[in-house]
Amino acid sequence: MTELLAVRDLTLGFRTDAGLARVLDGVNLTIDAGQVMGLVGESGCGKTTLARAVLGVLPRNAAEIAGGEIVFKGRDLLKFSPGALARDICGRAITFIPQDPYGSFNPVFTIGTQIMEIMKWKSPRRVTGHWSEHAPLLGPYPAERRRADMETVVALLDAVQLPQPAQILRKYPHELSGGQRQRLMIAMALLPEPDLVIADEPTTALDVTIQAQILGLIRRLANERNVAVLFTTHDLGTAYEICDAVTVMYAGQEVESAPTDRFFAAPAHPYTGKLLASLPRHDGEVAGIPGEVPNLVRPPGGCRFHPRCERASEACRSGKPPAEMLDPGHSVRCFHPVRPAA
Amino acid sequence: MSPILDIRGLSRHFPIHGPFGRQVGAVRALDDVSLQVMPGEILGLVGESGCGKSTLGKTVMGIHRPDGGEIRFDGVDIAALEPRAQRAVRKHLQYSYQDPGASLDPRWKIGRSLHEPLIIHTTLSTEERTRRVADILRAVGLPEGHLDLYPHEISGGQQRRVGLARILTLHPKLVILDEPTSGLDVSVQATVLTLFRELRQAFNLTYMFISHDLAVVRMMCDRVAVMYLGRIVEIGPTDQIFETPRHPYTRSLLAAIPRIGGKRITVDFWLKGEPPDPGNLPSGCRFRTRCPRAEAVCAQEEPALVAIGLQHAACHFASEKPA
Amino acid sequence: MAVWRQVLWKLLRDRATFLGASIILSLILAAILAPVLSPFPEDVFEFHTANRLRPPDGVNYFGTDRMGSDILSRLLFGARITITIALIAVGTAVAVGVPIGLVAGYYGAWPGDLLMRVSDIFLAIPQVVLAIAIAQTLGPSIENVILALSATYWPFWARLVYAETRSVKNEIFIESAIALGASPARVMILHILPNISSAIIVRTSIGMGATILTAAALGFLGLGAPPPAPEWGRMIAESRDFLPEAWWYATAPGLAIFLVVMGFNLLGDGLRDILDPRIRRAGGRND
Repeated sequence: MTELLAVRDLTLGFRTDAGLARVLDGVNLTIDAGQVMGLVGESGCGKTTLARAVLGVLPRNAAEIAGGEIVFKGRDLLKFSPGALARDICGRAITFIPQDPYGSFNPVFTIGTQIMEIMKWKSPRRVTGHWSEHAPLLGPYPAERRRADMETVVALLDAVQLPQPAQILRKYPHELSGGQRQRLMIAMALLPEPDLVIADEPTTALDVTIQAQILGLIRRLANERNVAVLFTTHDLGTAYEICDAVTVMYAGQEVESAPTDRFFAAPAHPYTGKLLASLPRHDGEVAGIPGEVPNLVRPPGGCRFHPRCERASEACRSGKPPAEMLDPGHSVRCFHPVRPAA
Repeated sequence: MSPILDIRGLSRHFPIHGPFGRQVGAVRALDDVSLQVMPGEILGLVGESGCGKSTLGKTVMGIHRPDGGEIRFDGVDIAALEPRAQRAVRKHLQYSYQDPGASLDPRWKIGRSLHEPLIIHTTLSTEERTRRVADILRAVGLPEGHLDLYPHEISGGQQRRVGLARILTLHPKLVILDEPTSGLDVSVQATVLTLFRELRQAFNLTYMFISHDLAVVRMMCDRVAVMYLGRIVEIGPTDQIFETPRHPYTRSLLAAIPRIGGKRITVDFWLKGEPPDPGNLPSGCRFRTRCPRAEAVCAQEEPALVAIGLQHAACHFASEKPA
Repeated sequence: MAVWRQVLWKLLRDRATFLGASIILSLILAAILAPVLSPFPEDVFEFHTANRLRPPDGVNYFGTDRMGSDILSRLLFGARITITIALIAVGTAVAVGVPIGLVAGYYGAWPGDLLMRVSDIFLAIPQVVLAIAIAQTLGPSIENVILALSATYWPFWARLVYAETRSVKNEIFIESAIALGASPARVMILHILPNISSAIIVRTSIGMGATILTAAALGFLGLGAPPPAPEWGRMIAESRDFLPEAWWYATAPGLAIFLVVMGFNLLGDGLRDILDPRIRRAGGRND
């Protein structure tokens, strides 16, 4: 498989009143073409920030990128100008499925109006190199292309199992249910025929039965269309369901990355193990992780998990562990990884 | 043993207003709901958003007024009491919000918030109250110094503990926990669940545990009631409900939980569509529009809860063996 | 209390708010110390026709009026009238409007609707017209100006408190106080009122400015305190016959009104910014 996206040693922080919050600390992440990668971690671990950095939508005035690169199809996105990023990458090669689909629609326009507006600029049928690319508001939308785009839209709404697509297009956002809106967001994310879809906790706001439907849909469409997905979630069960591989983050550092089956069967990082042990079990025993997530303005040195880790040694306090390959595709950043009993 | 809480035929309807304030219909958020809670048990109340589980909790608490039915607490119909007497009952019956921290007045110091329930319901002297508050604070694992802080000065997890301490100061008999783990990370959720258990032991509590998370409910509850669009569709001992669900809706809920290490549920999840508009329910069984087992009788007759052993299910085909 | 120290500190740091607060403070000092500060305290009620209409000079800093009285002295004593009118009128409006808004907002339904419709009726009548009617019927006097102003101002506070109560009432900590068994009065006074107090304070500060302006307008129309009371609005009215030659005659009271109204508005705007970012609850999730 070919490497589609590689984040290397990305370090960035947000300026806050209390000082610079070091939200990402030398993070690495790779996604192959067509792979569904789960980015798992608890609140404040930096998974959403990483997803937004790849998407290129970090607030420029507050975010401070200290180093690293985001290589997408061989080119470093951090070296792109904002204009070029918006024209060639955002919304075309990389698209986005948000957590809250309601906030992503303008409530005063119909769904159809909003989708066609996007298609005008992001449709795969658009003519590249045309003068209107530089003055988009003035550009024409030829009737012929419009008709073809419309057919694509209806076909895709059908693919995400929205009943009666033509009627849905005439509705306003508030007339749809949460599940329908999320299906619509998935359809919109796939319309430009992207290489990578970033889905940020797309099922967190949904009920379990709807979540099961939506997860199945994302999985199937990603496979059929060979689209890679970066799927952030705090729910390990969800990650197990649809991901090919999982990367776990803790307090701005990626701690472990492995193919899904291997990840759940043989977790090597102590944090991953404790996370799995925190899941509710039938027999009623549940562990939890003592202590609290560190303050990112003054994070602990070395491995940021060391204050809560009983395996921690002096080495963990003084330096960040290097990524160690345990198996093909299974890397862990820990001086004292848990090795499965042989 | 007589139930501590006995709900019979409880209904709560929210009117739908059309143009010019005319009432054009009603959402039957609770429709003829009956259930009992035994002293010392944990009763789980599960279902998806809009099924009425939170409305049930709030109606029991008196935040909503019921449109019909009885709520007997310790043998007394509290829905029929006049407001002053109803407020006195609250001493024994407490409600914990999804985020108990949000129930603290942001302008009150923690100490004042913890004294407040005792001031309302007891005639204890200041010293006695102070002792009681200190005891509770220790029980939820917080230092005494927190009494002089404002809610925004402590962490979200600590706010939760203070919120719990506040409802426990009166030593209630029944606590309604409304979505107590929603929005929590698993590692924090584990500590919160452990705390609930410890507090139940220490204060001899009975819980009504409202949640959409079936894994948590399975771990915590003795019995479970499953709700769908304002009705209880199935109720029974937790193990039986999870092992031999009788109602197709319960089956679909269970089939939707991801099982780490097991078969991927997304491969053959069979429930299609979404719940119908609660203001415009289908005839007969409310689940029939999505139910793979539905037949003509389901559209004509609304099934009542029937007993199968200790389990009760509201389905015409409840006695069939699950496929 | 730590919260108030913080508010005070912010107040001192913000220049516009500080200016507003200083103006108000000067007004209060001027009113209290009027007998000490005025160069000719007796001029307020005595005439010196020989000195009439003198331009500002080293003796009469703001000149003299048509009766030969020192304008500065009259202004300083006038501050007392202004403050009295504003304090009592706004105080009454707050005392009437706040409880009405609170009860209406808390109970909603028909008592709320009724109270709000009554305040709508009051709001529909132009203030100055109602004040003129009251003053005409009862005769011009300070008491009647105060009565007229309070009768027309309370609905502003009632509506504000009504709206704020409605929104705070939906907060979880209010619902949980009710669930805890607290009586409605307890919830309203101990929980809701402190949480909407900043909005009331801001409205009151700005309302003071508006009240002083209306009071001056009534004085100008001859409906305020009868002469020779040194009422600012009346002073401007008297000066009309001597303009533009005696420019100082209208300028001094005009400036005084302008400064005081601006002071209250600056203070109100500043307080809105200082008090409004409510104490946010910690522990919000954004990841």
